[in-house]
Amino acid sequence: MRYLPHTEEDIEEMLKTVGVANLDDLYAAIPPDCGSKRELRLPPALTEWELDSHMAGLAAKMAASSEYKVFIGAGSYEHYIPESVVQLLARSEFVTAYTPYQPEMSQGTLQAIYEYQTLVARFLGMEAANASMYDGASALAEALLMSIRISRKNTVALARTVHPAYRKVVQTYFSSTNYRVVEVPYLGNGGIDLSVLPAQGDLAAVAVQSPNFFGCVEDLKRIGEAAHEAGALLVVCFSEPLAYGLLKNPGSQGADIVCGEGQSFGIPQSFGGPGLGMFASNMKFVRNMPGRLVGLSKDRNARRGFVLTLATREQHIRREKATSNICTNGSLCALAAAMYLASAGGTGLRELAELNHDKSEYLKFELTRAGVNLPFSAPTFNEFVAEFPAGFASTHERLVKKKIVAGLPLAAFYPELENHYLLCVTETRSKTDMDLLVREVRP
Amino acid sequence: MKEFPGDTGLILNEPLLWEKGRRGRCGMSLPRRDVQPSPLPDDLIGEVPDLPELSEVEVVRHYTRLSTWNFGVDTGMYPLGSCTMKYNPKTNEKQAALPGFAGAHPFLPARLAQGALTLMYELELLLAEITGMDAVSLQPAAGAQGELTGMLILHAYHRNSGSPRTKIIVPDTAHGTNPASAALCGFYPVNVRSNEQGILAPEAIAAVMDEDVAGIMITNPNTLGLFEENIRQIAEIIHRKGGLVYCDGANMNAVMGTVHSGDSGIDVQHLNLHKTFSTPHGSGGPGSGPVCVRKDLEPFLPVPRVIRQGDEFALSDDFPFSIGKLHAFYGNFGVLVKAYSYILSMGAELKTASSYAVLNANYVKEKLKDVLHLPYDRPCMHECVFSDRFQKEWKVSTLDMVKRLMDYGFHPPTIYFPLVVPGAIMIEPTETESKEDLDLFIDAIRSIVREAESKPELITEAPKRCRVGRMDETEAARHPCLTG
Repeated sequence: MRYLPHTEEDIEEMLKTVGVANLDDLYAAIPPDCGSKRELRLPPALTEWELDSHMAGLAAKMAASSEYKVFIGAGSYEHYIPESVVQLLARSEFVTAYTPYQPEMSQGTLQAIYEYQTLVARFLGMEAANASMYDGASALAEALLMSIRISRKNTVALARTVHPAYRKVVQTYFSSTNYRVVEVPYLGNGGIDLSVLPAQGDLAAVAVQSPNFFGCVEDLKRIGEAAHEAGALLVVCFSEPLAYGLLKNPGSQGADIVCGEGQSFGIPQSFGGPGLGMFASNMKFVRNMPGRLVGLSKDRNARRGFVLTLATREQHIRREKATSNICTNGSLCALAAAMYLASAGGTGLRELAELNHDKSEYLKFELTRAGVNLPFSAPTFNEFVAEFPAGFASTHERLVKKKIVAGLPLAAFYPELENHYLLCVTETRSKTDMDLLVREVRP
Repeated sequence: MKEFPGDTGLILNEPLLWEKGRRGRCGMSLPRRDVQPSPLPDDLIGEVPDLPELSEVEVVRHYTRLSTWNFGVDTGMYPLGSCTMKYNPKTNEKQAALPGFAGAHPFLPARLAQGALTLMYELELLLAEITGMDAVSLQPAAGAQGELTGMLILHAYHRNSGSPRTKIIVPDTAHGTNPASAALCGFYPVNVRSNEQGILAPEAIAAVMDEDVAGIMITNPNTLGLFEENIRQIAEIIHRKGGLVYCDGANMNAVMGTVHSGDSGIDVQHLNLHKTFSTPHGSGGPGSGPVCVRKDLEPFLPVPRVIRQGDEFALSDDFPFSIGKLHAFYGNFGVLVKAYSYILSMGAELKTASSYAVLNANYVKEKLKDVLHLPYDRPCMHECVFSDRFQKEWKVSTLDMVKRLMDYGFHPPTIYFPLVVPGAIMIEPTETESKEDLDLFIDAIRSIVREAESKPELITEAPKRCRVGRMDETEAARHPCLTG
């Protein structure tokens, strides 16, 4: 096997040094009743070339872009990824390194993560960002736990327009605790209904997603004021960070903790993972933050360098009193995001965001002209909800045969939204793709 | 004598991203605009993001230079104990990047995603076979999330049987993340000390086990690199009082094909695909931490689960006892592709890989135990743990020695962990290191030990050959500067 360097001679010599007769004797300490009574039943090892053909066969059974035109976002977005980002990210000095515990040998990772933290903080309008979380869903769960640690209250209000999967993950993280989640309904325009915000003083946080799961831009300023009035922190979550290339950032609107999914920034969709949990807050809360942090420091010759810092919050030092159990996070995905943001630049990102918005507006307009109802009036970024006539499921099916996936049916997530579909248009969908879709759905 | 790998070469300086570039540059090809502008209301629009603007070549040079300040498994030996820094096969990267996988939307209708679902279904079966467990969830995104998943399963199991429990036994030789994972789940960790042989004595467990203890979190092989020989008796003690046995399987690389967790009394076990199954660590993620369970705990696994319907595969949420979801979608699918590719490439050689990992660790142990203090002198599994006790005399510490190791061209082992060994030096060579490289590493350590006596300043001033000298970590924590 090409990954195993040992020759017969090596093995013999090493066994002699160790003082055992054969490889099996290395396991003499293992009681026989723990042992495998039979050989592993695994398929015969494949050569590299056999693996290629086996995997190509599996990959061929996927309706992936660009062959298929998939008009779905809902937490996973198809954006172009520059080849420069792909190739830089494949630098094996980044790929095959561990968490940068030994700073002198990891300055590449450390500076790159420090830059990532800086770009994320600036982009979201916050003072500090961590080195990453697993994904947007776990980042939200951790943000709510953080708000509970800060406030010492045990209830959080969670908008029903937050991604349904994120809300389920929050439920799971809370399921073994005595913390409570109160769901806040949405209004007819698709935004959060502040009038039913629980008034009680035991609210740790109000968590809202913007753009929300329906694609609607929330009025963060107003929600923040209401949250703060109720003595709660404002947690702003997102699944499409590109929106903040155009919209006012959450920090400028009064957010206390901002978290979300960063997959849009240079990370392939990969059937939902790995993604990137982005996480930011202001400095006054930083000691309550979960996850790794990289800080600026100096070496003993006063030269600039970077280290992992504030480790006393972390699981390996603080044990059961840690702010989180997270250890391996999503470093390489954070690097991808930093490379992507550096490549786009501020102006480029603005232009890209505008293009996403304008294209999605084009599809909205054309669908409306074709008689499709758009139930929510709030402004949207690059996705929106459309209500199709009853029986649209068969049209959806017919479109699949033409290699178009016309949005995500919402009834499974919101039973009241029968015949409603969530559609997404990024820069990767052309006017031609959209015209084709509209032609097919026109009654 | 052979040359050590450590050397100096031309390393280039590189400023911070925002110290370079000029307003007006862009390093990305922006797509053609084929629709009219349709501006949002002014009051929603923010400032143009405050991000540096660079050309493509500036971005490329920036990260290429930064990468040369790093050390990875591809650079050299990385014997970081407990982290299993084995070689990460290149073909695995290629498979995960196949457009059918990398370009797949997670909400594709199941019939359009059969390739991914087949892969997940088969990977679950393969991991079940390797561990000897009955059912698997691939959803946890890392080892610590796998631990949390395991703890939530214990919690749900006890709640479901009508008697919720509040405590969990965590030995001093368990992984560092274990207490935090248990606490996140609301359990109070009960610490138990290992015996003078570095393993758990059944009596120590019996002494703390009662009807309020949900179970034990045991790392096997443990963080001293020793197999918990009493695991069967310990499991019996736990089971007799209604508890469950959770095994942190981060050290599975030692025992593939030799130990059947199912037969050892384990009820729940997580695996780290980024350790045992060769997926790269990526400077700290993304990883993957599948959870394997015995049949009777299967109803509690996270949803959605991949199910088989005839010749087709689908995702199902219809598991009323499930602990719920831990990931927005189905876990780190891209990492699963790599682990699956590895298992298919290795086949039954997985057992050979484990035995070479154990051979390498024992070889290093034997070759160094005359110069480094070995607190538990017995056959080890995939890693061995020394301490700096012999070097104290020269006022040279573990930290000093491993910093000096960098100058020799090796990544340091894990240090000061496990906590049961003061000044611990935890070495896990893995099976992919050749005998010549192990011999060089051994020579390097022996040379450093000699320097500790004769030229201690070489060590206390190390490293000299890295881009930066020894970093000040204390000052960084005292006055945190997290952004520039």
